[in-house]
Amino acid sequence: MKAGFLALPLIALPFVLNDFWLTQIATRALILGITALSLSFLATYLGVVSFAQITLAGIAGYTIAYFGPNTVGVGIKLPFWVSIPAALLFSVTAGALIGYIARRSRGIYAIMITLAIGVAFFYFTRQNYAVFNGWTGFSGITAPVVAGTSLRDPSTLYFLSLATAAIAVVLVSLFARAPLGLAIQAVRDAPSRVMALGIPVTTPVVAAFAFSGLIAGGGGILNVWYQERISSFSVGLGPIIDVLIIAVIGGLRHPLGAFLGAIVFVLLDTFAVDLIDRDRFNTLIGMVLLIIVMVAPNGLQQLAADAVAKLRAKEHQSGKSARIKTNT
Amino acid sequence: MKRLKIAATALAIGAVVAPAQAEDIKIGVISILEGAFASLGQDGIRGAELAVKEAGGVVDGQSIDVITMSSDASPDSAVNAARKLIEQDNVDILVGPLSGSEGIALRDLSKSYPDITFINGSSAAQDTTLRDSSENFFRFGGDGAQWMVGVGQYAYEEMGYKSVAVVAEDYSFPYTQVLGFMSEYCSAGGRVPEKFWTPIGNKDYSSVVYSIPDDVDAIFVALGGADAVNFLTQYDQAGGDKPIIGGSITIDSSILESKGPFKNLLIGAPAGTPTVSDYEGDEWIAFTALYNEAYPDGFSAPSIFAHHYYMGAKAAMLALDEVDGSLDDGQQAFRAALTDLEFVTPTGGTMRLDENRNGIIDNFVTEVYEREDGSLGTRVVKVVRDVNQVLGQDPEIFLASGPVSRDNPSCP
Amino acid sequence: MRLFLIVTLNGLTLAALYFLAASGFSLIFGLMRTVNMAHGALLLLGGYVGYDVVELTGSWMLGIACGGLAAALAGAAVQAGILGWMQGDELRQTLASIAISIVLADLMLWYWGGITYQVSLPDILSGGQKLPLLGVGYANIRLALMAFAVVVGVMLWFLIQRTRFGAVIRAGVDDQDMLRALGFPIGRIFIAVFALGSALAGMAGVIAASALSISPGTDLQFLLSSLVVVIVGGMGSIGGAALGALLVGLAEQYGLAYAPTYGVVFTFGIMVLILAVRPQGLMGRSEQ
Repeated sequence: MKAGFLALPLIALPFVLNDFWLTQIATRALILGITALSLSFLATYLGVVSFAQITLAGIAGYTIAYFGPNTVGVGIKLPFWVSIPAALLFSVTAGALIGYIARRSRGIYAIMITLAIGVAFFYFTRQNYAVFNGWTGFSGITAPVVAGTSLRDPSTLYFLSLATAAIAVVLVSLFARAPLGLAIQAVRDAPSRVMALGIPVTTPVVAAFAFSGLIAGGGGILNVWYQERISSFSVGLGPIIDVLIIAVIGGLRHPLGAFLGAIVFVLLDTFAVDLIDRDRFNTLIGMVLLIIVMVAPNGLQQLAADAVAKLRAKEHQSGKSARIKTNT
Repeated sequence: MKRLKIAATALAIGAVVAPAQAEDIKIGVISILEGAFASLGQDGIRGAELAVKEAGGVVDGQSIDVITMSSDASPDSAVNAARKLIEQDNVDILVGPLSGSEGIALRDLSKSYPDITFINGSSAAQDTTLRDSSENFFRFGGDGAQWMVGVGQYAYEEMGYKSVAVVAEDYSFPYTQVLGFMSEYCSAGGRVPEKFWTPIGNKDYSSVVYSIPDDVDAIFVALGGADAVNFLTQYDQAGGDKPIIGGSITIDSSILESKGPFKNLLIGAPAGTPTVSDYEGDEWIAFTALYNEAYPDGFSAPSIFAHHYYMGAKAAMLALDEVDGSLDDGQQAFRAALTDLEFVTPTGGTMRLDENRNGIIDNFVTEVYEREDGSLGTRVVKVVRDVNQVLGQDPEIFLASGPVSRDNPSCP
Repeated sequence: MRLFLIVTLNGLTLAALYFLAASGFSLIFGLMRTVNMAHGALLLLGGYVGYDVVELTGSWMLGIACGGLAAALAGAAVQAGILGWMQGDELRQTLASIAISIVLADLMLWYWGGITYQVSLPDILSGGQKLPLLGVGYANIRLALMAFAVVVGVMLWFLIQRTRFGAVIRAGVDDQDMLRALGFPIGRIFIAVFALGSALAGMAGVIAASALSISPGTDLQFLLSSLVVVIVGGMGSIGGAALGALLVGLAEQYGLAYAPTYGVVFTFGIMVLILAVRPQGLMGRSEQ
């Protein structure tokens, strides 16, 4: 039921929005949301805030760029049905590797080790010309053409992103309930007890990071099709912070939070410049972010869920709905 | 949450209907208004606005709307800014961006918007127009290599520098500047034994300072903004006394006006640039007066960015005037007018385009001198007319030498 | 060999500057577990204010003091007005301080513009001198940096280890709840510590503006370097911050001199390596 309420307007969007709103706002928000989801998944189920998700997305994006058509003359052209699985394979492997490196880090230390990995990767892409084409990066990347339609076509890319987002949300829910997912949550809650039971902590942590690499990689592939380019800037500190902002203002506790955060972020990023003096829009962005962090400690998703719950409670004052279910 | 979605949809539908149907011609200007390049980017905006103001803000009864948008020096942000200006603000003409990689990004983007005309701001990457050029992307200015023409020869012959070390930022624009310098300097007989590529935004150059070989005659410094200030200060503090040769953004009014003790090191330094703050040509004096009057809080003279954004916007205004403000038919007439445009630039030369729609420019070799009040200015020691993008060489040979990189060109 | 020694000296002097910049960050984290992402912005604010004061009065010392004071006031306001309300929620504080740094950076850009500032040095620190053994000129200010770092390091150590205020801070690091239960006004102590840490950042900003230069973007650079220094060394340990600063400063200078292409990657590579082996940093205590 609830999914239906959500799905219908989302499927209808391409028919009511112009290309700008569909691509620059809706599709961009979905893509950012997917990458942010990989972050909130780790935060919720493993209790680790990772700053390396943009790196994972970037690895997938760079793979597509390197093995796909581009105008910079770097790389080997492979058919997309090879390059897409390769991109996901690399991002999953990189995720597993990061998980292994950070397996013993918790809390602020996990943030910092993943931040260091992200920044090191950023500088590496900037300095390396053989594979990453340095500062300039790749341009002129075109999305594959399937059955005569370019996947970059506004509504096609939108639906593709929507489908990827939906699959990612479902996968996260399934993963969380699978035995491995339960082990991961046990690691979050009581790592020492898990070890005492003889279950190695490393495996669940590595698995969680690898899985987040899959989701981030999906976002990264879509992003490189959407931008039609990728460069060191795409994996820099700016995007790293952006994804963190999206995940946290949306709310880490529910998969949909990432997407809510993304839509708010994209609207703000796009239109702050119109709302205020064109030179001072960053102040506005910062202020809104600050207010959201202050008034919605658990993110906008929780805020919205609470508001809906309150409304429902008013409607059912007869007392039937004593149990108010929030989206957790 | 559902409510939010509905609200967003309503907002979205509103926006579809909202765009103004006025006859106004809209020019979008993209420049960097945040971070380290902010003050330079603001000067670019001033230049573009000045060209519109100069024409009274009107072409054939249609008012010209200037809409600015900020990028953050990243190609992604430039593309997003351009898409917003085109799709949401419905601009007809785009002027910008400021930096090289952004330029290449917008060149690529222009191929997806054949109905919009893109006019480069101050970005000076070589490949923006040289390789893979785009039908609707115009650059009324040169690239980083053109901006260095004249300096190599001057350094070798007039200054007598037989070998030079290079200190430059590690990305495409300085690579291009180094090419412009070296292609002349090396063929004149000069040698470049060592090049130091430093990360952009580097703070502490001290280890580079001490690595510069003792036996070079001068240092070619292609750093911009804070990087140049840091390098020069630290070189000065370490007692360095090799003469400096400047890149185009190393010695610009924005650098000369920066506050710091390193200034003395610059006096007498030659540099290559298309923009000379103290140029005594009549056109430049008039242009500076116009600039100072419009922007009392700007720099004391237009920077290279104001100058180039001005030329881009000016070309748009002149071509618009020629087609009586008509942008019908996919802007074909407007573009034809742009292609054939010839106009006198603020530096007194005649701006026109080559077959890749890249400017054929006049370039200056300048030197830094101290004014009577102690402030620094630049004065022209040599003018090179009609510099094209292949630097006067055979186009095929020039293209065959390949794209610039850390190691291309080389003459140790 | 001569170059190696000079580069080592450069690394040491840069390390001194990094230590000065990171000490306040370390202090704040040590007591409050707050990762203050606005640290770089406070540093830049101090640098700008210091520049204005030096231009106005001609006194470099006054510039340092006012730079520190401005950052302290701003820091106290941030802690009292915003971060204090979410004490204990690290992630939210991190995010709120990111928001604050975005706003501060933009407002500073508005007021001071995008140009590069260098604070003019007093005569005794300006210029350079011939180093006796190496036979090259060396900037006085860079040599002075090491002295500043030692002075600040010793003062911090004294404050924390030998004063009553320090004893309260140390008690707070070990057991906040107990301190609160004993009736210490922990909110006000937090504000004082935050102001002190910010003052250190502000003074470091003026010193950075004297030794190098400041411009928009300097805030992020020093935030990143402070993060690396403090994390590698071990959060909350002054000795750890000194060790971290040494590692980072030396790595950066050796990288620049001997492997310029990948030099910057090394700095962060070292951080990853150390944290992978010792998640709590070199001198940090385990979180358990």
